[in-house]
Amino acid sequence: MRQLKILLRVIVWAIYLALVVGIVLGIVSLVRLNGPIYFLQAVIDGLKLGFVYALIALGYTMVYGIVRLINFAHGDVFMVGSFASFYAITQYGWGFIPAILFAMAVCTVLNVVIERVAYKPLRDAPRIAALITAIGVSFFLEYFTALRWVFGPDYITFKRPFKVVVWNVKGVLISNITVIIVVLTIILLLVLQYIIRMTKVGKAMRATALDKPTARLMGINVDGIISLTFALGAALAGAGGVLYAIAFPQIWTFMGVMPGLKAFVAAVLGGIGNIPGAFVGSLLMGTIDVLVVSFLPMGSRLRDFFAFFVLIVVFLVKPTGIFGEPQIEKV
Amino acid sequence: MSKRRRGFLPSWVPTLLVAVLLYLLVVYAQKSGKITTYWYQVIQLASITAISALGLNLIYGFNGQFSLGHIGFYAIGAYGSALITKDFLVKWSGMRIGALSWIIAGQVGLVLTLLLVKWMRVGAVRDRLRAGLGAHLKGHETWVLTTIVVLLMTAVAVAVGVLVAGQLHKWLVLALGKILLPLPKKVAQQVVFLLALLNGGTMAALVAFLVGLPLLRLGSDYFGIATLGFAIMVYTALQNSDMVIPTMKGARGMVGIPRWTTWPWVFGALVLSVIIIRNLIHSSHGRAIMSVREDEIAAKTMGIDVNQLKTVAFSFGGFFAGIAGGLYAHLYGFLHPSSFNMIKGFDPLIIIVFGGLGSMTGTIVASGMFALVIEGLRVLLPQGFEDWRFVIYPIFLLLIMLLRQQGLLGTTEWGWLRAPLPPERDIPVPERVVQPSPQDDEGEEA
Repeated sequence: MRQLKILLRVIVWAIYLALVVGIVLGIVSLVRLNGPIYFLQAVIDGLKLGFVYALIALGYTMVYGIVRLINFAHGDVFMVGSFASFYAITQYGWGFIPAILFAMAVCTVLNVVIERVAYKPLRDAPRIAALITAIGVSFFLEYFTALRWVFGPDYITFKRPFKVVVWNVKGVLISNITVIIVVLTIILLLVLQYIIRMTKVGKAMRATALDKPTARLMGINVDGIISLTFALGAALAGAGGVLYAIAFPQIWTFMGVMPGLKAFVAAVLGGIGNIPGAFVGSLLMGTIDVLVVSFLPMGSRLRDFFAFFVLIVVFLVKPTGIFGEPQIEKV
Repeated sequence: MSKRRRGFLPSWVPTLLVAVLLYLLVVYAQKSGKITTYWYQVIQLASITAISALGLNLIYGFNGQFSLGHIGFYAIGAYGSALITKDFLVKWSGMRIGALSWIIAGQVGLVLTLLLVKWMRVGAVRDRLRAGLGAHLKGHETWVLTTIVVLLMTAVAVAVGVLVAGQLHKWLVLALGKILLPLPKKVAQQVVFLLALLNGGTMAALVAFLVGLPLLRLGSDYFGIATLGFAIMVYTALQNSDMVIPTMKGARGMVGIPRWTTWPWVFGALVLSVIIIRNLIHSSHGRAIMSVREDEIAAKTMGIDVNQLKTVAFSFGGFFAGIAGGLYAHLYGFLHPSSFNMIKGFDPLIIIVFGGLGSMTGTIVASGMFALVIEGLRVLLPQGFEDWRFVIYPIFLLLIMLLRQQGLLGTTEWGWLRAPLPPERDIPVPERVVQPSPQDDEGEEA
């Protein structure tokens, strides 16, 4: 019996060893094949994308956390942010910071209007009704802005309001775009964390997310707080739209669909309703995206496939996401 | 609940009349040239969408599983059946029935594998191993060992399935060749079309089973997101399908599919789907399926195998989507992955919510209205305003959702689709004998 136990233990550890050796060998051979610089470059580009996803994902996760609605229109709000900054820069000749603030303001107003018109009347209806209107709003934003006299249906090249500088750090190329994205995102996230953790409004938001009727009894203006959540999410998405357009300077009115979906998946990966989770999930998502494109054969054609494949695998292992708390079945 | 009266006629008579009238109306309109070929196709497409939406209604409306990935099954059915019929026409696999026999053999092999996994009692073995080893080893060690045993057993089952499928393919080629090829061409075509449609449906159902088995235990929204991911995976896979099967042409779009879908085929499929789903819903299994929607825990308490029923409903729904996809593929003779993207993927969901969740009548009516709105706007909008079609349509959607949250018909059904009334009893129910009590009498007097 004792010997059998030892044998089984040995088998298990042999398997672990084989797995570790296999993974290490795989990574080493990949890195050797393409050079370690290439690998690092992919990771950095992935993080850059991930930071942009994080800005979108936060809006999804906050809205879901507070009203349990998958806001499909969020990706299109993000698109409007890109276009707003595009017009601010090319038409009015504004600088970079004013353009971002302008995009954030436009998105905030837009999202609050959407919330008031399309979601608020349905707050007591079955959840599917609000979901369908979210899809409707998404279609409306996509096709309305694609009209000739709005934004037009064509791809537009986004003119960056500053010169691109690329630093070569021992072979790894880091542009000032990456630095701007990372710094700005972190600043915005800190501001968001401050609002949610330190202010009275943030406390009200957390209370509303936890239990709406009780929050209302405590004298919290629940409708106002929900609008505020939409506004905050939209402001982040607007900033994300500008940063995305700076990083990938091709904008068109359907550009919000895929980043929106992926950011949503990232929010789910991290555990939906959980803000640090959304951030980590987004970084993961962006890195996986770029790694797949860089390393897998036909990667650029299969990137969406793998993004959602990862989602399903995570669901199978931990259904509530990486940081999600387990759902309790209530009777 | 309002009390229903037993009508003068059995409920199937008016329903049948309406169905026959609808069928004849379309035939007459087409024969006499009252509608153009374009509108004839629109009517067929609306009916095809109705079949697919009925499948989704079974999943979401009746079983309460929020699925956003229905379009994936539609796409699988479309491509699966198109491969078979295209093969019959242009022999892309080298034989006229190569694809057909491969697909049948593959499905049989897959089913056999699944059955073997069940027969080998992999789950029971896993549980026993886990209990036995858990007493002596650490948790993660037990997990690794049991997983390996399970994987090995599954591998055996898969190997057997693959072997059987390979052998079966050879027999099938011989047998089908003997039966199908000597038939007159017209008849053989129709038989192949029927087989192709059925295979598209069963392929979609099998995929739904495999996808649903692990995913259905997720909660409602999580399941929706997972199926959305599945649909996008199917879409991406189709865009790159030319890497595996060159004739599918990937992102360039599959051409050369015979245009065999006709109104009788579409109508027949729709009627059959309605009959099957209606009879399923009003059977005892159907009631169990609906009980899962109402309250999962209560259903479990009543001894209902919730997971099994969810998988069954999901596979059935996938089957109807597959059939609809097959009909769609042969309607236009051209398939492109972008017909199965996210934006199209919301159509069945919108239709069933619009028609009323859990109402087959609503789904059918809503499919018609959906096609009417989308195509009617194309006609109504003046020149130069075609782009406005998808601007007005979401506004419609918004208004309808704001005004009628429960959908057009709610959960009401019409005619034969309603739940059957209990049979009239032959044995007279004993009348309740009410004996006047003395107190009452006193009360009356007073």
